[in-house]
Amino acid sequence: MNAPQLPPDSVGVVEERKAQFDEPLRLRSGAVLPAYELAYETYGTLNAARSNAVLVCHALNASHHVAGVYADDPKNVGWWDNLVGPGKPLDTNRFFVIGSNYLGSCFGSTGPASINPATGKPWGADFPVVTVEDWVEAQARLADRLGIERFAAVMGGSLGAMQALQWTLSYPERVRHALVIAATSKLSAQNIAFNEVARQAIMTDPDFHGGHYYEKGVVPRRGLRIARMIGHITYLSNDAMMEKFGRMLRDKDKPGFDFDIDFEIESYLRYQGDKFAGYFDANTYLRITKALDYFDPAAEYGGDLSKALARAKAEFLVVSFTSDWRFTPTRSREIVKALLDNRRIVSYLEIDAPQGHDAFLLDDPRYFGALRAYFSNIAL
Amino acid sequence: MTEIERITQWVAPGARVLDLGCGNGSLLKRLWQTRRAPGYGVEIDDAHVLDCVKNDVNVLQMNLEDGLATFADASFDYVILSETLQAIHHQEPLMKEMLRVGREAIVSFPNFAYWRARIQIALAGHMPVSKELPYQWYDTPNVHHCTLIDFEALCGKLGLKILERVVLRNGGTVSFLPNLLGAHALYRVSAERAQ
Repeated sequence: MNAPQLPPDSVGVVEERKAQFDEPLRLRSGAVLPAYELAYETYGTLNAARSNAVLVCHALNASHHVAGVYADDPKNVGWWDNLVGPGKPLDTNRFFVIGSNYLGSCFGSTGPASINPATGKPWGADFPVVTVEDWVEAQARLADRLGIERFAAVMGGSLGAMQALQWTLSYPERVRHALVIAATSKLSAQNIAFNEVARQAIMTDPDFHGGHYYEKGVVPRRGLRIARMIGHITYLSNDAMMEKFGRMLRDKDKPGFDFDIDFEIESYLRYQGDKFAGYFDANTYLRITKALDYFDPAAEYGGDLSKALARAKAEFLVVSFTSDWRFTPTRSREIVKALLDNRRIVSYLEIDAPQGHDAFLLDDPRYFGALRAYFSNIAL
Repeated sequence: MTEIERITQWVAPGARVLDLGCGNGSLLKRLWQTRRAPGYGVEIDDAHVLDCVKNDVNVLQMNLEDGLATFADASFDYVILSETLQAIHHQEPLMKEMLRVGREAIVSFPNFAYWRARIQIALAGHMPVSKELPYQWYDTPNVHHCTLIDFEALCGKLGLKILERVVLRNGGTVSFLPNLLGAHALYRVSAERAQ
């Protein structure tokens, strides 16, 4: 077999690891998970002082596969490979980078498709609803296991940013820097509304079977693909969509006057929906959207985010994108204001990028330049 | 003495500073290094913001014209507006905001009544272009030039007390006919009403 040809700034061939935890985990809902497994990957080397660890938290549909490729799957490049690698903005020559999969995922960590030890069957609908707080608890045990008392940085975009923010609240002493990108401290009613439409699409699919579809040998594909189509609409800005697809027709010069694909955007959404339904688990999707909906650290402080963030000790870099209408810059500015009210060290970038929410995954030179500079200023 | 040196002198050790239009963050960096005064900069320009991150200065990418709602009342000792006043559209609300969030404001600007500028208008008959005012009228970030007299009148209107004024030219201070012979003005003001 030929070794894959990889650019010199790639972390190269990586391996998935698993960590098993047998101490029960009490969840925010009150439910208890008797044991769990987390899938993770690491890149770079932990230094002797154990001071160079960076935790990268992933968003909705991604995984612990942040960078590099697998030996048996050289086309499966990590989702933030443009950021993480030797000489890249998050430089693996300096930092020990950890990608951790969250609890309830369908990519290797214990989730709804895992076997419930109590029944010997897949958890399915019985897998508890997990929250951002629960994810951080689970990851903290992984950090213990890896011997990391304090992270040089915890970072993430979108849902990953919620985890980074929660890390600074759950474990203020364990986070030196938090990079909170394309974030919100709570979903808006509109955000929750989109999530609910996605959930309804899944739960009303006849193949859903109340969440116990594994044993029936079916997958609620129709629901999943609609959920994904809705998601994709919210990840892109109107301008980005117009730029990319406009009103172009797909393989035809005039409308078909039927319900086949007419427009390119329809083709794109169907393609994304089909692809997603082929690899993502519906029960996981339901739970992630709930984790998003429930995240609101200010809730227990009467909605006062400044009070909620008072216990954070990290230094922050907050980044938003002007065309992001899912988590708008206004949401990020609320986080910045709460940090300023607490006299935290914070920098805030509002990148004038046209791509919408997805801009956080792209290597805009202003954005990546700032990340590079920020990381290079972190003393080890 | 440069403007930056003068501002550094004014800022008490350990004071909290907000620098509006902070450029590459050099003033904030200096205030931290020499006075241990922690601060934040506000800047809108992408390249400047990146320079601030490189300089390890806290920078907030925001538009000053949107106001200072992000900052709580009396949360800073000094709010600095250095060489930015003339590029702002609405000076009056910004000045009020500066003294809402800060105990004192430090403001500097090029003096439009400097004799070299006056000569260019009065004798040559064109808008002044000089070291202090390096832009052509059709291609300039500056929208509201003012003079020492104008700025002091605005302070009077807003009920601001001028605590200190330094007028500069070529690195030296100007005390004789400052509105004519001074190229640059630097003020320290507070919201406390003049007696």
